Amino acid sequence: MSLKRKDLLSLAPLSAEEIKLILETADSFKEVTGREIKKVPALRGRTVVNLFFEPSTRTRTSFELAAKRLSADVINFSPSSSSVVKGETLLDTARNIEAMQADIIVLRHSSAGAAETLARGVKSSVINAGDGWHEHPTQALLDLYTIRERGLPFEGLRVAIVGDVSHSRVARSNIYALAKLGAEVRVVGPPTMIPMGVDKLGAKVFYDLDEALRGVQVIMMLRLQLERQGRALFPTIREYARLYGLTSDRVKLAEAGAIVMHPGPINRGVEIAPEVADSLSSVILDQVANGVAVRMGILYLMSGAN
Amino acid sequence: MKPSTQHNRQQEKLVMEAGDIGRAVTRIAHEILERNKGVKDLALIGIRTGGVYLAHRLVRRIHDIEGVTVPIGELDITLYRDDLALRKEQPILRKTSVPFDISGKIVVLVDDVLFTGRTIRAAMDGLIDLGRPAEIQLAVLVDRGHRQLPIKATFIGKNIPTSREENIQVLLEEAGEDDRVVILKA
Repeated sequence: MSLKRKDLLSLAPLSAEEIKLILETADSFKEVTGREIKKVPALRGRTVVNLFFEPSTRTRTSFELAAKRLSADVINFSPSSSSVVKGETLLDTARNIEAMQADIIVLRHSSAGAAETLARGVKSSVINAGDGWHEHPTQALLDLYTIRERGLPFEGLRVAIVGDVSHSRVARSNIYALAKLGAEVRVVGPPTMIPMGVDKLGAKVFYDLDEALRGVQVIMMLRLQLERQGRALFPTIREYARLYGLTSDRVKLAEAGAIVMHPGPINRGVEIAPEVADSLSSVILDQVANGVAVRMGILYLMSGAN
Repeated sequence: MKPSTQHNRQQEKLVMEAGDIGRAVTRIAHEILERNKGVKDLALIGIRTGGVYLAHRLVRRIHDIEGVTVPIGELDITLYRDDLALRKEQPILRKTSVPFDISGKIVVLVDDVLFTGRTIRAAMDGLIDLGRPAEIQLAVLVDRGHRQLPIKATFIGKNIPTSREENIQVLLEEAGEDDRVVILKA
């Protein structure tokens, strides 16, 4: 078993075995990140380019650290500091980066499908670090890793994904992957934030949070994008927080020992109450720590010679 | 006898039987103790996968002799290989697990077969990333020659001259085989 893919664009086409391979590979890197010297020479001489057209601190930093801990050279490209503002297209920018012999390009872009377009146009491996509302495969993989680390088996696992599912690439990647691994996925949020046809991806739709949380082992909160307020998705932040905010009383509806996840950055007091974010059931900081190990695993697996 | 390997038997040349392996392990255990004057600061680290099994056997044998269980670790050298950049597909990683501080320890690396020496080079790099051992020694069950690096084993079960085309396999019970060492003709 090995990952015979040039690119990691989406979790939709990955098999359960490929997902498990990535998680098992990340185990080795989790051990490396726990050492005093957190660096291995596996990607010496390779170049990883972080091409971020959307602002992101945590994902970019996580990829940068992952690449550096594998001894790769890392370059960070962001549009404000490059020729993109001068009108260069995505593909031209990428070809320039490729001409500098980048082995792996990590792309964050506001348009769904940008990573796919890029992957077709360049020989370098492309890793999708979030494309529009489409997918964010590495975030979902680190979520899966965190669930698995807690000893929860995926088969039959009950997971509630809460919030703005429509505009969440994290939710989409998680739904694909969790369904493949045999979990029972529930999505819950206001009707304006639940995409049409999500049931066809294997998720059960709920509009009432209390009902959705009953008996789940994993609560996956999504960030409320406050900038969407006033676009008829939800009336007020206060109302949203009352109906869909995760409080400690609501956590009690889930199975005892259930874990609370959030991809960050969190809006304290909106989708998640501060005491929940800081509680023992919260694995939010584990997710961040695991992100580096999981991304090291992905970079390693994608770094086979071209 | 396991059916999975039966069809290979014809091309196999048996060079060590279960009894030979057991006696070699016992002798190496004595040699390790003799050279290091006991178990003080001693630790064994097996190289995945065959070396790990042998390291566990050596630890048990040392315990039989001295009544002390020395620390044992498991090392996966994949990330330190010198051919990663040349491979189309990356090899599967196994976990490294060294649950003690190796600094100041006399570390005996354990592997099943010593061949080109490249694995040992990688293992030493991997080891030094975990700390600064006082000394690194090397114990192997079989030394088959054909070194490509200036590396020499401290403890050897058996020297087995081979041609470069031949393949030596150390088959162990821990991997579901009958204990034996065979040469497979190419």
